[in-house]
Amino acid sequence: MLTDVELKAKSIEYRATILRIIKQARAGHTGGDLSSVDILNVLYNNILRVSPETFADPNRDRYVQSKGHTVEVLYAVLADRGFFPAQELDTLGKYQSHFIGHPTRSVPGIEQNTGALGHGLAVAVGMALAAKLDRRDYRVYTLLGDGELDEGSNWEASLAASHYKLDNLTVIIDRNGLQITGSTEKVNPLEPLADKFRAFGYAVQEVDGNDTQALMDVFSRTPFETDKPNLVLAHTVKGKGISFIENAAKWHHRVPTDEEYAIAQRELQQAREQLS
Amino acid sequence: MELGRANLDVFADTVLELARQDRDVLVVTSDSRGSGKLTHYGETLPDQIIELGIAEQNVIGISAGLASAGKKVFATSPACFITARAFEQIKNDVAYSDQPVRIVGISAGVSYGALGATHHSLHDYAALRAVHNITIIAPADNFEAREAIKAIHHIDHPVYIRFGKAAIPHVHGADSTFTIGKAAMVREGHDLTFIACGETVPVALAAAELLAAQGIECRVLSMHTIKPLDEQAISQAARETGAIITVEEHSIHGGLGEACAAVLMQQGPVVPFKIVGFPDETMVTGSQKEIFNHYGISPDGLAQRARQLLGDQQPTR
Repeated sequence: MLTDVELKAKSIEYRATILRIIKQARAGHTGGDLSSVDILNVLYNNILRVSPETFADPNRDRYVQSKGHTVEVLYAVLADRGFFPAQELDTLGKYQSHFIGHPTRSVPGIEQNTGALGHGLAVAVGMALAAKLDRRDYRVYTLLGDGELDEGSNWEASLAASHYKLDNLTVIIDRNGLQITGSTEKVNPLEPLADKFRAFGYAVQEVDGNDTQALMDVFSRTPFETDKPNLVLAHTVKGKGISFIENAAKWHHRVPTDEEYAIAQRELQQAREQLS
Repeated sequence: MELGRANLDVFADTVLELARQDRDVLVVTSDSRGSGKLTHYGETLPDQIIELGIAEQNVIGISAGLASAGKKVFATSPACFITARAFEQIKNDVAYSDQPVRIVGISAGVSYGALGATHHSLHDYAALRAVHNITIIAPADNFEAREAIKAIHHIDHPVYIRFGKAAIPHVHGADSTFTIGKAAMVREGHDLTFIACGETVPVALAAAELLAAQGIECRVLSMHTIKPLDEQAISQAARETGAIITVEEHSIHGGLGEACAAVLMQQGPVVPFKIVGFPDETMVTGSQKEIFNHYGISPDGLAQRARQLLGDQQPTR
């Protein structure tokens, strides 16, 4: 279990890794990676009961990343957790690499291939339902983007999550408010989002999704209500941690130039110094 | 040929038998337990049926998650919906992710008859043949249906199996065997081969019997596994009988016929060849049998095609 200061230090290093591998691969989903860093950090370091040694254990906790396009954050965290050597990340997107631009099970630690949006929640529901059927106590977590909620399949899966009383399922929404075209509320409005999830039968908690301490607190309290699936509406900043990437829709999948990369490195260095 | 039961009934009985012995067997349905003849199953084993309502995408996605946790899932839903509405879930959540889900397409082809094109599945072989990592099976009769269901109980990779709801004749004898990926010869002959799949096999067999009375001896292969295809049996049939007619309850585009043609064009021998299926048009209204007859999937229709093929063209074996 990491302390909050240790978690915050990890988040800085994960952001550095993400920018480095995106720059090297000349492709990646920078904005959404950075918005969800703190969520994956807290999950993998302090919440999920899973490790490279226990990944084949039927009782392990599961994580399904439905917003598959932000795979770089998952790679950064899995490498740090020892699922594979960190230097393998240098092959991201390269010819014959198994580090693809979306999650696949060919990478150790990844449960399910994703990339087409609106798929992860149903799969996570199936995993959580299997735990209930087999009376296992593992928990299932899935991370969805907010733009992804346009896909109707999420709402089908939500009906089933509620019907089967999956309080071992935690659905996390990376509510950064932006999708590739612009604001989610201009593209296809989602609000009132928390009310919609409540109406679908979730126990909903809203949290600052870039605050590791707040995330720790909320994840520690599941199930929020017995017999209800958990929904963490994580309010995040797209591009969090790098000033010129924050809240800029154009950074959905933009790759930093040399100059931008140098500025980002300096900002991360300042964050390290402030933390210590 | 003695009339058997509907393959749908055989499926329902067989999966119940398997589920009684194996608590990991699960049937997942889309408000389709009635049409899947699974009401008795649901009453007998209420803990081994998962109802998801009219939501085929959800059926496949959730089945993938259940399979990843070791459940042996038979995701059962009308073939027309499960292979179209949930195609992306089949492609990504099941096939690409290699989750061993058994997708059971019920009332396949034109089984729903006059309900029309929304309820026909004339695309499923074509669509799924182009997806990597999924076996496609269309059993011909009750024997093949039962053996196929038993065989896919223990699999490590995705399978799609489809069948209809009408009672169908037995085409197999007591000494038959069934192996996924291996064509079953249900009639030997040397003048022409009918390569059929699913519920067109009994029709091809009846055509072969008509032709035998006219002195034309036809081989009939039940190509119950459309993918992976038994290429050796196809080439051997071409070599040994000199002419081939494929028969399927599917569009003539992208199904069994084109798969067989590709084998012969690339591996040889090239012989007189005809694909019988449904043309690229809106299907005529009628029962399954009437639709079959309309497009020549009848004993007389197939016999006539065979005579034409043998009369019009000189075999090149």
